[in-house]
Amino acid sequence: MRQTRTIELGTGLFVLLGFAALFFLVTQITNREFGLGDGGYLLLASFEQVGGLKPGAPVSMSGVTIGHVEGIKYDFSEYKARVTMRIDSDYNRIPDDSDAGIFTAGLLGGQYIGIGPGGSETFLAEGDQMQFTQSAIVLENLISKFLFSKAGEKQGDAPAEVSTP
Amino acid sequence: MLASLSRELLHNLRTALQALGAYTFFFMRLLKEVPRALLRFSLIVEQVHNAGALSLVIIMLSGLFVGMVLGLQGFDLLERFGSEESLGSAAALGLLKELGPVVTALLFAGRAGTALASELGLMRATDQLAAMEMMAVDPVRRVVMPRFLGGVLSMPLLAAIFSMIGIFGAQLVGVQLMGVDTGQFWSQMRSAVEFGDVLEGVVKSCVFGVACSLIAVYEGYHSVPTAEGVGRATTRTVVISSVVVLLLDYMLTAAML
Repeated sequence: MRQTRTIELGTGLFVLLGFAALFFLVTQITNREFGLGDGGYLLLASFEQVGGLKPGAPVSMSGVTIGHVEGIKYDFSEYKARVTMRIDSDYNRIPDDSDAGIFTAGLLGGQYIGIGPGGSETFLAEGDQMQFTQSAIVLENLISKFLFSKAGEKQGDAPAEVSTP
Repeated sequence: MLASLSRELLHNLRTALQALGAYTFFFMRLLKEVPRALLRFSLIVEQVHNAGALSLVIIMLSGLFVGMVLGLQGFDLLERFGSEESLGSAAALGLLKELGPVVTALLFAGRAGTALASELGLMRATDQLAAMEMMAVDPVRRVVMPRFLGGVLSMPLLAAIFSMIGIFGAQLVGVQLMGVDTGQFWSQMRSAVEFGDVLEGVVKSCVFGVACSLIAVYEGYHSVPTAEGVGRATTRTVVISSVVVLLLDYMLTAAML
């Protein structure tokens, strides 16, 4: 009897620890959040260029995370990338003329959506589309623009070929 | 000379195919018994204790040291690229996707697999299995199934514990010893690791659990009923399990990447 009880105790401890570890790995190590709340509300935004944005990336206002990117799809009616964001229901007072931009956290960090509040009195609600968006900056474009402008400066007016230094 | 060599080769190939076939039949037979075996759950719990709870200490200790060494090596490697902040994500991904399931499976084969194989082999050698058959008790149903299922259920849990302890080990070395920023360590890890990565590790460890348990149970059950036969069955368990785990690991990684 005592023997059985020890075995059961050990097994129970092992199973508990195992599931605790699984739970820890899923909730603490990944960026996915399993909220028990109502799940917030969805906002849509169309971007010319989403760069390296990924589902699960944070949506923030002034650096405070207010939600996450849920999905990114290409929309053929607009020829733009359509991003679906799930915003926590606590943050339900985002003016409907707010703008959304895609930024990079740090030099090599992941990309996130930053929302800058507008001045409107009406607020965005479930399923609304954000009017003003700012695309992700693609580093290659930036570099080529810079090189072209440098080349233009040197040779006067004509956009000269970029020569490798 | 050449003829005898080719004949021997053919013979070996035939033996290997035969063994694969026998494994498949045995596996099918076990699968057929699963629903009935689940009804006698207390037997499985006992085996979860044997395969899982008793392996806990070695798994946790190994996980800690693997994580710590990953912290050291990862830091050294990443420092060369000037991105030692990524240590968290590197260690977590390495442990979750690769080291956790594989090292756990290898340790599991060594710790639990050998125990299973030698136990069943001794039962065979001392005619306990034959005695059961005499009493119209199916030894596969009564003895083999609980051991198989106990191993299958324990393996994913052991791998999860291994990965978790390993991440803390990496954090211990990386943050406390090497001076990586704690916040950077965890935030980089959380932004890099996705749910799919955790799932990949769990799927792998489940497959390894089935493979290791099946091999241990098969080798033990079919061992030659002598002292030498039991010893050989135990050795074969470890050797076959290790090779199969590494082989399956490559195939699973290629399939899920």
